[in-house]
Amino acid sequence: MSDPTTDDGEPRFRRRSKTWEGGAVKWLFLACALVSILTTVGILVSLVINAWGFFTEIPIWDYLFGTRWSPILKPRDYGVLPLVSGTLLVTLIGALVAVPIGLASAIFLSEYAPDRLRRIIKPVLEILGGIPTVVYGYFALTWVTPQIQKILPDLLVFNALSAGLVLGLMIIPMVSSLSEDAMLAVPRSLKQAAYALGATRLEVSISIVVPAALSGVIAACIIGISRAIGETMLVTIAAGATPKLTLNPLESIQTMTAYIVQLSLGETPHGSLEFNTIFAVGLLLFFMTLVMNVGGHYVVRRWGLRYE
Amino acid sequence: MRSPSSFNHHLGRRKILGSIALVMFMSSVVVGILGLVVLLAQILFQGLEWLSPELIFNFPSRHPEQAGLKAAIFGTVWLMGLTAAFTVPVGVGAAIYLEEYASENWLTRLIEVNIANLAGVPSIVYGLLGLALFVQWLSMGRSVLAGALTMSLLVLPIVILASREAIKAVPETYRQAAFALGATKWEVVRSVVLPSASPGVLTGIILAMSRAIGETAPVIAISALVYLTFIPQNPLDRFTVLPIQIFNWIARPQEDFRGLAAGGIIVLLIILLSMNALAVFLRNRYQKQSVE
Repeated sequence: MSDPTTDDGEPRFRRRSKTWEGGAVKWLFLACALVSILTTVGILVSLVINAWGFFTEIPIWDYLFGTRWSPILKPRDYGVLPLVSGTLLVTLIGALVAVPIGLASAIFLSEYAPDRLRRIIKPVLEILGGIPTVVYGYFALTWVTPQIQKILPDLLVFNALSAGLVLGLMIIPMVSSLSEDAMLAVPRSLKQAAYALGATRLEVSISIVVPAALSGVIAACIIGISRAIGETMLVTIAAGATPKLTLNPLESIQTMTAYIVQLSLGETPHGSLEFNTIFAVGLLLFFMTLVMNVGGHYVVRRWGLRYE
Repeated sequence: MRSPSSFNHHLGRRKILGSIALVMFMSSVVVGILGLVVLLAQILFQGLEWLSPELIFNFPSRHPEQAGLKAAIFGTVWLMGLTAAFTVPVGVGAAIYLEEYASENWLTRLIEVNIANLAGVPSIVYGLLGLALFVQWLSMGRSVLAGALTMSLLVLPIVILASREAIKAVPETYRQAAFALGATKWEVVRSVVLPSASPGVLTGIILAMSRAIGETAPVIAISALVYLTFIPQNPLDRFTVLPIQIFNWIARPQEDFRGLAAGGIIVLLIILLSMNALAVFLRNRYQKQSVE
């Protein structure tokens, strides 16, 4: 294709400079996109290198399966299991709250609520997701714990139970809005077919909508739980700072994230063994959430039904 | 196949079951909303009496009635300014690349999967990244610059995802019209795509910044400092931010500091609420325009 204006000098020059400019701009934008890859590489490298300093002194076996965590006070022990159990205990309580309530809310919003009510409730629930986590920590410590203490006087001031309950409240909007999206994507014809056979609204919801949206619903729960595992300030404030291998929710525990914050606040010299513990804990935390997130995306890709 | 009679036989029970389920579904929604209401009520109840000019204009103090958020407010402004300065060009640039330039290949897929996964990385892990990379290896120290770079990496996926949606929503006909007039790719992006996508991009930026204001964990890993009686003068100064100051007050045993913390939370929530209101306002105006 010949362009008449490129035959005389100046326009051709301009055209060429534009082409050059276009190429440079493209590479610049590509560089921006590559920042995200560099971030992942940076996370892995910074965690692994500093954790390496830790694992040269403490065998990885003792770290992963040791049942006592006391990196600062003597006698020192570097078994991470108490921190892992603390994290899992709080997460489990949170999931027991968020999964049923989140799913029931999603069913209500997608199958029962009239459009006008939905448009009011959804943003209100989304506010829950936008509140900073220190605020949830404050709420758990100053309101939820005293209320539960009225029923269970044994409850300690810092405990896994109220942290877990408030954590559940915090991830309700995540579970409910992701599953609602999946439920809304179920084609109307499937539901109409069930209604035509005489099914009630509950039967359509439970036997048609939820199974058809199952991959999205499971992914929503996995992503919500992964968020709970990584949650930091709420558990730092309300769950305590005593690493303990226990499943008793009334006790004070410490999560992996809360330990990292506790040590960051102290005056530990950079490069020391104590300092490197936070990277060892961070590396494990990173892998736990990575497995959950990849699992969540995999469920959607592998079992996600697409209705065209 | 069941006969119609057996259907009718159970109809009453099934309807009752349906009503019970409806009550349960509704009460779930109510639990979520009630949780929000109680949370806000508790904070207002505890914090309102502590809202005072001193809370805004004083430095932190050992005496709760004199303690204030001055250092934290200035620190937050510094952190947000620098974070926006890093995040906006990189985030929008990445979104433009993915929407306008990238071809369907392994690199594009890798970048997309990577961004999705980064959105799920716990924020404290970003704090560890910043601590190792910016504070130690690039020797920025525990500075507001190191904090802002860390925060930028944390909110980058939010800006990229929102900007991509906004750019995707620009009608293809706009681009074709500009190309037909002889514009180059870059001219189309700069003068056609970006202006029409800007309200959506701006909304994404505001949402990312409101996420960044509330983030505490990564900033604690970087700054570690909670008791600061000066304002950062340059990007290499040490700093503290609102949620860290609030956390410090919550962690003290005295009852008065709890009240002060609630007062600080009210200030923080007012800032967040205004930012979100602005985002909603922009989104609504933009949607109305595109309908017209």
